Amino acid sequence: MIYFYSFITEIYKIIFLLLPILVSVALVVWLDRRVWAFVQKRRGPNVVGPFGILQTLADALKYIFKEIIIPASANKVIFILAPVVTLTLALIAWAVIPFSNDMVLADINVGILYIFAISSLSVYGIIMGGWASNSKYPFLGAIRSAAQMVSYEVSIGIIIINVLLCAGSLNLNQIVIAQKNVWFIFPLFPMFVIFFISALAETNRPPFDLPEAESELVAGYQTEYSGMMYAMFWLGEYANILLLCALGSILFLGGWLSPIDIYPFTIIPGVFWMIFKILGLFILFSLVKAIVPRYRFDQLMRLGWKIFLPLSLIWLVLTASFLFFLDMLPIKG
Amino acid sequence: MKFSRMIKTIFMMDFVTGLLLAIKKIFKTKKTINYPFEKGKISARFRGEHALRRYPNGEERCIACKLCEAVCPAQAITIESEIRDDGSRKTTRYDIDMLKCIYCGLCEESCPVDAIVQGPNFEFATETREELYYNKQKLLENGDRWETALAENIKTDSPFR
Repeated sequence: MIYFYSFITEIYKIIFLLLPILVSVALVVWLDRRVWAFVQKRRGPNVVGPFGILQTLADALKYIFKEIIIPASANKVIFILAPVVTLTLALIAWAVIPFSNDMVLADINVGILYIFAISSLSVYGIIMGGWASNSKYPFLGAIRSAAQMVSYEVSIGIIIINVLLCAGSLNLNQIVIAQKNVWFIFPLFPMFVIFFISALAETNRPPFDLPEAESELVAGYQTEYSGMMYAMFWLGEYANILLLCALGSILFLGGWLSPIDIYPFTIIPGVFWMIFKILGLFILFSLVKAIVPRYRFDQLMRLGWKIFLPLSLIWLVLTASFLFFLDMLPIKG
Repeated sequence: MKFSRMIKTIFMMDFVTGLLLAIKKIFKTKKTINYPFEKGKISARFRGEHALRRYPNGEERCIACKLCEAVCPAQAITIESEIRDDGSRKTTRYDIDMLKCIYCGLCEESCPVDAIVQGPNFEFATETREELYYNKQKLLENGDRWETALAENIKTDSPFR
C-alpha cells in the first residue's frame, strides 16, 4: 500500500511539472514570434486571446485536426517514433532542474551529467526522423544536425567543467547555492558567451538553423512530417530551448537566487527569480533570431572546433590554475 | 587582419551593435496596420470588385453598347440585349466571370456612360467558384451598395481622365 501511495505522489508531482512546462512552451512560442515581429516593426500574432497569447493554442488545434501523412517509402515505425523520442527526451531532462530550494522532481547528485546525457540523446530524434523519411532534404538536414550537435556538445561540456570547478558539485542545487556570493557569469563571462552561442547551435536556432534552413532544405528533417507529429517536433524543440535557458540560468545566473541578498528581493520566492532568468535568456534567444543571418556550414564547423573548443580549453586551464594557486578550490583533496 | 578589426571580432562589437539596434526598434511604432480592424488607404483609381451603376432616378446606366465586352482582354464579360417598349436598348443579361477577369480596368475605361465601374472593394472572397460568376442582378446590387464611394471616386479622378 505504501508503494501505491508513493507511486501516486510521484505521478502527481510529474504531472505538476509537465503541465506547466507544456503550457509555458506554448506561451514561449508566442513570445518568440512576438519579439521577432517587434524587432521587424510588425505586430505579430495579436488576434487570438488578449495580445494573441492563445495563438499557439489555435495552432495546436489546427495541427491536431490535420491529417498525418506517412510517405510510402518511409520506415513507418521509426518515422512515427522520431517525434515521440524528441518530445520525450526534451521533457524528461526537466526532472532535475531546481526551480527553488526544494522544488525539484529528482534531486540527484549527478544532475548536470544527467542533463548532458539527455541532451546528447536528443540528436537521435532528429537523425531517426531524417533517416526514416527516406527523402533527400530530411536526410541532409539530419546529417547536418547530427554533426552540429556533436561539435557543440564538446565545448558545452568543457564550459560545464569550468562551472563545476568553481562549484565543486554535480548537483544542480549545490551549483546554485555555490553562487550565493557571486554569480558565475562575472568570473566566467567569456564562458557564458560561448555557452550561449553553443546553446543556439545545440537547439538549431538561428544563426545556426542549418538543419532546417528554409532556403536550402525546405524544412530539413521535418519536411515529410505533418499534423501532430510536426507539432511534437516543435514542442520538443522549444522545450529544449527552454531547458538550455534554464541550464544557463542555473550555471551562470544563480538559478533561483535573488540578484541581491537583501530584504525586498528575498521575499520574492525563488521560483519567480528562476522564471525571470529563463525568460530573460529566452528573449535574448529571440532577439538573436531576429538580427543575425545564417552561418554557412563550414563556418559553423570552424567556429565550433577551431575557436570555441580551444578557447574553452584555455579558459579551463586558467580557471583550474587560478583556483589551485590561490587555494580557492571548493573541495580540497 | 587589422588590429582594430581583431578587437571588434573578439568583443563581438558588430553583434552587440545589432542587438542594441534591435532593442531600440522594439519600442518604435509599428509599420504594419492591424488589417481586419483597420485598413490601408485606397486610391480613387483602385480597380476592385465590379459594379453596374444607375442614374439617380433608378434607371440603369448601361446602354448595351457592348464596348466592354469587345475590349475585355480576358473575355470575361457576356452581354445580351433587347429593345425595350420605350425604344431604349437595355441589357437582358450582363455576366462577368470574376475568375477570368484580370482587373485591368479596360471595361471601366471604355464605358461611355460610366455604367460598369470597378469599385474600392477587394474583399469578395467566396467559398465556391459558382459565387464568383457574377450576373446582372449581383452587379446592380454592388452598384447600389457602393454608389456613394463610386461617385466620390469618379468625381476625384475626373480631372485626370
